[in-house]
Amino acid sequence: MRNKYSVFSLIKNALSYHENWQRAWKDPAPKKDYDAVIVGGGGHGLATAYYLAKKHNMNNIAVVEKGWIGGGNTGRNTTIIRSNYLWDASAGLYDHALKIWEGLSQELNYNVMFSQRGVMNLAHNLQDVRDLKRRTHANRLNGIDAVYLSTEEVKKFCPIINTSPDIRYPVLGGTLQRRAGTARHDAVAWGYARGADEMGVDIIQNCEVKGIKRNGDSVEGIETTKGFIKTKKVGVVAAGHSSVIANMAGLRLPLESKPLQALVSEPVKPIIDTVVMSNAVHAYVSQSDKGELVIGAGTDDYVSYTQKGSHQIVEGTLNAILELYPIFSRMRMLRQWGGIVDICPDASPILSKTSIKGLYFNCGWGTGGFKATPGSGDLFAHTIANDEPHKLNAAFNLNRFVSGDLVDEHGAAAVAH
Amino acid sequence: MFLINCPYCGERDQQEFKAGGEAHIERPKQPTELSDDEWAEYLFMRKNIKGVQFERWNHAHGCRKWFNMVRDTSNDEIKAIYKMGEKPPSQ
Repeated sequence: MRNKYSVFSLIKNALSYHENWQRAWKDPAPKKDYDAVIVGGGGHGLATAYYLAKKHNMNNIAVVEKGWIGGGNTGRNTTIIRSNYLWDASAGLYDHALKIWEGLSQELNYNVMFSQRGVMNLAHNLQDVRDLKRRTHANRLNGIDAVYLSTEEVKKFCPIINTSPDIRYPVLGGTLQRRAGTARHDAVAWGYARGADEMGVDIIQNCEVKGIKRNGDSVEGIETTKGFIKTKKVGVVAAGHSSVIANMAGLRLPLESKPLQALVSEPVKPIIDTVVMSNAVHAYVSQSDKGELVIGAGTDDYVSYTQKGSHQIVEGTLNAILELYPIFSRMRMLRQWGGIVDICPDASPILSKTSIKGLYFNCGWGTGGFKATPGSGDLFAHTIANDEPHKLNAAFNLNRFVSGDLVDEHGAAAVAH
Repeated sequence: MFLINCPYCGERDQQEFKAGGEAHIERPKQPTELSDDEWAEYLFMRKNIKGVQFERWNHAHGCRKWFNMVRDTSNDEIKAIYKMGEKPPSQ
């Protein structure tokens, strides 16, 4: 790596007042012709480009991004990483990602601040208890670490949780995945961008796709705000805007795009050293390294591309947070924002070929795509390079909505994800 | 969050309403003759438009009646509201 980050490069650059650091990625104008173009410069898109170059020797490729890289949902999510999904197909997909996370900082020579602080999911009623125990067993059969905790063990693991039996939705137990945790979301996009750029991938920002050119049933190229780009393979990783791109190609997807909100508090000293999620009352919280509480709220139930959600959604989440963590009652919230998430009817993603040759979609991650970033990129790169899915993403094809072989994680997984 | 002018109750907070998804998706007249592809199209595939979209809404915490709405999903601006069975306004 021509510009390896190390303690020596840090000292060397400190001596020149940090004014001579090399750019982490270039800012090229698009070439006329690429072997493949990835639409969408978020974490998943950049990871796809990185693995296409690294594992499949496709170096004449580009990532086009309408804004700036990592400026969409990559920079808007609550950074939770876990793999404790119920179904075998999901367990395979998400644990593949988790295994890559475990060595990602070293691989990229970029600190993605992956922190395996554990993710705890709470049970608030008897059905929750049964569901979470079942999921714990399913996880362990799939080789994924999971333990079921009693109320006392929940309290011991995270002492600030209100485990009083008198609250409206008492904590009856919970599950814990210790390998789960969080990572720095921006760093993931930047690390993959730097790695892909190093291998010759063109990362083209401020370049919006306006049309997909087809010759019969094959892709010929894309129209962009920076001109026409010829390519035989287009991988679309556009999250909430996947349907917009699909409509350009005359395709319809089983997606609905909805605003999902999150918020952070003022920074405080370390108070919660894990991630706690609660499906029944829809509250989840962790603490960033800056000290802010990072809180995830829910989606609105109507289609919207506005990147802002309804006030009552935030209010509902904060009500739940306050009951579970009375210690937060006087915290002030600093920022609140929304992102547009593409939700599939079965709450599982699509990493798939389409009826158009050379057009691939990686979408439908809904409210929980961040955790899968490395695995998603790896498997989507495999799908594009070989024109066939990897066995880990074979179940996540578009045809499952025709065959009925859905991967129904709605309500079956750990929480609203 | 926005206000919705229910055709039966008048202007109310959006919180009182439930979104019912894309409008004018016709239930197949001959369900037994549909192929799997046609079923998938009917059940799952959606336009999910960024821009002006025709949708169904239900005044769930009010009169509980269904109606149609034309809304711009890029800025949540409501263009028109009309009752079930009425012809959609031409856009």
